[in-house]
Amino acid sequence: MNKLEFDPLLDDPATRVLVCCGSGGVGKTTTAAALALRAAERGRRVVVLTIDPARRLAQSLGLRELDNHPREVVVEGFEPKGELFAMMLDMRRTFDDMVLTHAGRDRADQILSNPFYQTISSSFSGTQEYMAMEKLGQLVAQDEWDLIIVDTPPSRSALDFLDAPQRLSTVLDGKFIRMLSAPARASGRGLLKIVGTGFSLFTRAVSTIVGGQLLQDASTFVQAFDSMFGGFRERAQRTYELLRSPGTGFVVVAAAEPDALREASYFVERLSAEGMPLCGLVANRTHPVLAADLPAAKAIAAADDLDRSGEAPLAAAVLRLHADRVAVADREKRLLARFTRAHPGVSLVGVPALPADVHDLDGLREIGRRLAGE
Amino acid sequence: MTSWTEELTRARLHVVSGKGGTGKTTIAAALALALATGGRRVLLVEVEGRQGIAQLFDRAPLPYSEERIASAPGGGEVHALAVDAEAALLEYLAMFYNLGFAGRTLRKMGAIEFATTLAPGLRDVLLTGKVKECVNRTGPDGRHLYDAVVLDAPPTGRVVKFLDVTKAMADLAKVGPIKGQSEGVVRLLHSGDTAVHLVALLEEMPVRETLDAVAELDAADLRPGAVLVNRVNPIRLPARSISVAAEGRVDESRVRAGLQAAGLDLDEFTLEGLADETVEHAIRVQSEKEAMELLSESDLPTLELPELTDGVDVAALYELAEVLVTAGVR
Repeated sequence: MNKLEFDPLLDDPATRVLVCCGSGGVGKTTTAAALALRAAERGRRVVVLTIDPARRLAQSLGLRELDNHPREVVVEGFEPKGELFAMMLDMRRTFDDMVLTHAGRDRADQILSNPFYQTISSSFSGTQEYMAMEKLGQLVAQDEWDLIIVDTPPSRSALDFLDAPQRLSTVLDGKFIRMLSAPARASGRGLLKIVGTGFSLFTRAVSTIVGGQLLQDASTFVQAFDSMFGGFRERAQRTYELLRSPGTGFVVVAAAEPDALREASYFVERLSAEGMPLCGLVANRTHPVLAADLPAAKAIAAADDLDRSGEAPLAAAVLRLHADRVAVADREKRLLARFTRAHPGVSLVGVPALPADVHDLDGLREIGRRLAGE
Repeated sequence: MTSWTEELTRARLHVVSGKGGTGKTTIAAALALALATGGRRVLLVEVEGRQGIAQLFDRAPLPYSEERIASAPGGGEVHALAVDAEAALLEYLAMFYNLGFAGRTLRKMGAIEFATTLAPGLRDVLLTGKVKECVNRTGPDGRHLYDAVVLDAPPTGRVVKFLDVTKAMADLAKVGPIKGQSEGVVRLLHSGDTAVHLVALLEEMPVRETLDAVAELDAADLRPGAVLVNRVNPIRLPARSISVAAEGRVDESRVRAGLQAAGLDLDEFTLEGLADETVEHAIRVQSEKEAMELLSESDLPTLELPELTDGVDVAALYELAEVLVTAGVR
């Protein structure tokens, strides 16, 4: 197994973007924030883009509300060698800003007030992923930071992050909307020929279900949008290229659990198929044994002895919690070994769990040390 | 830990939600087994296209049909169904329009995904519609085919939107077949036949999301059921030692004397390791206790499920089901 070494990666001026990804609940946000803090303390000018941080973690970075712009982290006693900025993504506002920047005032108003826009910008499942990418693109373009660390949305699958922009751009591409909203005009040509009369039946069925008004709104929206951007697809494409460019690296975060590691496996394979650079796997919140010389069986036997005699309840408790810990550690080791067998080329670092939630810079600094293997 | 209430026993549709990563699917499966215990027939449904049930029961992906996947103690049985919004839409359209071959072609083209994307509410209405159909279905004897249906629902961040069919319908056609069906779904989801359970872990974010979800459910006039606290670690230390140890103080001479009494003569390094493990254990116990207190603000029946160090396999599901049965689930 190769060990994932973070310090050389964070110190290398050629490292410009780090994307922390993984399935939900594995500690992506905390990992992103801890890496950013460490990089700033080692001298880099860093911004961390968080998506949905726990309240106390956000507060520890001085983030009190979504304001969609990076703010310098100012905390008493915190004087990094470099600089640390942080922000929380406001998905809706990022989308609105994008529209305002690229459309004229009148057209922007028309788009922003369209009911279909409201649906797409607030509840379409790929919007958060897309907007995270859009914001990353903007931060890169601003060129104010020499390292950008991005957290990814809490989707169930790590792959959603790569697929969602494409999915959204397909929707906004307008092919289907044009067909659905103007089937009479389009019928008989191209794609529709294949489907034939089934399509008009389908259109009728869909408009019975969805309602004519929504189709109309969607159609208006797509037309306004289309001319404005010269294609959403190109924009998604550019973001995609950014992710493949040198200087970008992916950090896959997983808990030492079967589900999270399965997702991590999919993601590792996908990155390699797409030619995207993988830094390695963070096996987050492990529980290494701290008293390795005492086998679990021996500890349990001794605890049983003590319990029978009723003496030394504290020592018995210590023995039992040690045995629990050995069992957990063994399981984690087994699962990680399985991952490594399947992906021998992937560097890995285990990050021992802190016993409680992180809620200040000291906690983040401690996680940074653990990430760096100190 | 409180227990399952009489009111929950009357529910026929058990919706299980929770923050991502809390073990929602595992708990939904264990709940289905628990409800089936003693000879009942239960349907376990998933709606997110992830084939989580098949993975959990270690079998091939489920087709779009109800398959028997497990037996429960006392002659009960659990069936499973992976509802797919596309298949549900086609099934639906087939009832009213004869799409046949064209339907399959449209599916290949992604047109159906497109239609469900156009109106995100449509997908939810189709999925909950199928669930309602399963809950209400009767056998030849006129009795309900399933004694209970357990729904592995979307995570807490989305579950209220998912269940709030009335709101979803605002986007959809004001007349037509779906409208008629959705009224039945609304009735079921807001009735005493439905309970929405929330799976939580004793950590900050899952607890926070659980409390938020309870408030959102209340506001939407949906009925929160029980809080199912997953992966609860055993508390090993005597109560009086916990707060002291959490501050980093372990009486090492006492531990050493105790270990010697048990015939263990350990070196300094190992003793220090044990003390560090003890401190971490105590800090975790304390923070879990705080999380539990915060959870009690929800004022819901709260059931605890143990951490399983060997991981979750089919045998473990039965173990969890047994814990639920002991806590009164039936």
